[in-house]
Amino acid sequence: MSGAPNSAAGAALARALPGSGDARRHLIVAIVNNRPGVLNRVASLMRARNFNIESLAVSVTERSDTSRMTLTILGDEVHVEQATKQLYKLIDVLKVEDVTDSAIVEHELALIKVRVTSKSRPELVSLAEMHHGRVVDLGDDAVIVEIVGEPGDVDRVVELLREFGIKELVRTGSVVMARGSGSIEEQVKR
Amino acid sequence: MTQTGHVPGAGTSAALATERARKEMLRDARIERRGGPRPRIGADALCEALLMQGSNIIWGYPGGVILPLYDVLVDHPGLRHILVRHEQAAAHAADGFARASGKVGVCLGTSGPGATNLVTGIGTSMLDSVPVVAITGNVPGVLLGKDAFQEIDITGITLPMTKHNYLIRSADEIPHAIAEAFHIARSGRPGPVHVDITKDALMGETTAPHPTQAEVEAGLPGYRPKLDGHARQIKVLADAIAASKRPVILAGHGILIAQAERELLELARKAQIPVAWTLLGIGVIDESDPLAYGYMGMHGWKHVNRAIQSADLLIGIGMRYDDRVTGNVRTFAPSATIVHVDIDPAEIGKNVVADIPIVGDAKHVLEALIPLTPSVAPAARADYFAELATWRTESESSAWHGSGGWRDGVLSADFVVERIAEGSNHDANLTADVGQNQMWVARYGGFKRANSHLSSGGLGTMGFALPAAMGAAVAVPEKTSWAIAGDGGFQMTLQELATIVQERIPVKIALMDNKKLGMIRQWQEIVYAGNYHSEQLAGPDYLKLCDAYGLPAWKVSKPEEVDAAVAAALAVDGPALIWFEIAERQNVYPMMPAGKGLSDLIDKWGDDGEDVTEGSSGPRVDPTDPNAPKGGSK
Repeated sequence: MSGAPNSAAGAALARALPGSGDARRHLIVAIVNNRPGVLNRVASLMRARNFNIESLAVSVTERSDTSRMTLTILGDEVHVEQATKQLYKLIDVLKVEDVTDSAIVEHELALIKVRVTSKSRPELVSLAEMHHGRVVDLGDDAVIVEIVGEPGDVDRVVELLREFGIKELVRTGSVVMARGSGSIEEQVKR
Repeated sequence: MTQTGHVPGAGTSAALATERARKEMLRDARIERRGGPRPRIGADALCEALLMQGSNIIWGYPGGVILPLYDVLVDHPGLRHILVRHEQAAAHAADGFARASGKVGVCLGTSGPGATNLVTGIGTSMLDSVPVVAITGNVPGVLLGKDAFQEIDITGITLPMTKHNYLIRSADEIPHAIAEAFHIARSGRPGPVHVDITKDALMGETTAPHPTQAEVEAGLPGYRPKLDGHARQIKVLADAIAASKRPVILAGHGILIAQAERELLELARKAQIPVAWTLLGIGVIDESDPLAYGYMGMHGWKHVNRAIQSADLLIGIGMRYDDRVTGNVRTFAPSATIVHVDIDPAEIGKNVVADIPIVGDAKHVLEALIPLTPSVAPAARADYFAELATWRTESESSAWHGSGGWRDGVLSADFVVERIAEGSNHDANLTADVGQNQMWVARYGGFKRANSHLSSGGLGTMGFALPAAMGAAVAVPEKTSWAIAGDGGFQMTLQELATIVQERIPVKIALMDNKKLGMIRQWQEIVYAGNYHSEQLAGPDYLKLCDAYGLPAWKVSKPEEVDAAVAAALAVDGPALIWFEIAERQNVYPMMPAGKGLSDLIDKWGDDGEDVTEGSSGPRVDPTDPNAPKGGSK
């Protein structure tokens, strides 16, 4: 067999183990039934099978009976493929796709509460605006900056704001959508 | 003190509902049936649904919140409820019922401890892909989450160990949930489904109709098991078979589940391929067939493991290359192209890298494969089969095999299993427990028929044999049902002696008593350098025990007594037990130490100094150790 890793390995005895590739961040989209306990099923599966969820975003879709989950997982190709196959075995999971290498828009939203003084406030506001951030709450000694963008963009803004003193930070985790006319939701076979 | 007393949130509608539910729990909830027809309630819908699924046996144990079901059982005379002595046994009995018959087994328990007691059995079914529907009662819906009496989050507990589970809070949901549960349990890769039903759902009036099978399937867009293998991949496999010189089929449980034994044999004959099998694959082929090569794996036959290690094409069908099959994956079947046919896509590539992966039902894939596979004349593989025959002869002449009935001057376990199988004309269902007895049954059971071997392979559940054999006996009454258990496993579920006596379930029990946890002792001897601990196991006088339960029993400690006792037990119209006093220090050989490979079998009996191990093996028995076993008398 061409491509067989072990043909005539003889005494070499080195059958490849599954999952020996390089680990990287994967983006998984799952369309699931919008029912109580489905999030628990997904989370429980990932825990039980030793997959680590880096981020998870869930919301209802265009159809009220389905929800969409975006998971980011760190792992090699085999590991992540195993995760997607196991996810798909859940009865409430209707469609799973690893979109890491697809043409996608990936965004997340962060709210960052930053300590300010009357002196630093104007500087902070202009810095935020320069980076497409939005000031959504303006107080005497704290402001909340909202930033929407690719995770790397969010990281950069967080770094910049860190010198002011971040009191609180919340990120939604990535949500993704394929570019073009393709729709994961439409691929669900009903 | 106001009228609302100490009720949290007193006066709100939620508080009132909770109070009503609390009172409902406490009062006698007997449904009025005297004087005219009574309304149909959730419990009726449940009984109807079970009968519509062809299930007329329930293994169960009553309790507070499940009582509404017991209250209506009398109105559904088609259902036979078998009262066990512990819910774990109900789950194992449903499992044994399913394994022996291929039908879905049903077990039942109440909330809280009733439900948690089912868990070991549900896990057993999960790991071995056995179709079981487990039903539990739960506290009324409004009390969920309040830590009410006998409330536990049982759906949270069973979630990771079921194929799917449900929490049903309304009577109207019951017909659909039960139909769906059966469909999910039995289709695709089978498995247990748990349905937890609140007491108020069982008691609520309902007119909800039962769905058709088409409606059930249409309601499950996320569940479409793929039965047909990929046509191109099947062609690749056929070509690989044509090109191979040393093919081996590794047949698993999936073949039995798919009822593809005939197709397996057809393929093996057409392409002249020897068939090896996994623990749960026992029964895929008549062991006396010329193409049946044997049981492989950690305690498999040495010649079979050898064939796998020398194969150029290993065709795994309906199995999952688990660690008891492969040992060290890096050294597993080093020269083979690995084929993996399984209905569960997640199994492909999980444990080993498959060179030819095929997702599909074993029967569908084999049916498509056979016409594409070239016919091979037996003469073309004459050298191969001659070598396999030589290996088999060597393997069977090893010191650990063919004891003739004696080990250390005591009755040997392998002999007992052989005689039970022979005495039952190789047509009985043999249910093993877990440990050495399980491996003796697997190796010496001489199976000829599908679904005649029952064993807790994946979870390795001690205490499985008696209750599962009970399930098999009820499922397939025309076949003798043997429970072959060690004294460890037997003592875990022996309370079911009362069940088989009360219900007259004709289980024949072979108690393999070595007064030890034999497999523990074996591992401590071989892997832990003879550092024995907690392996000595006292037991009762089993003749007195059986007498107390009203069960005919015999005690056997000599080889020449075995056949007569087996015949006597078989002649009893009802359950019976034979207490075999077997060698206390007999090991199961060969053995692949954990972490080693199939070529690293430890293959020796006793300390007679002759090292007959093949390849590098694990720690050896120290011949100077006074605790080491004595050489076997042959």
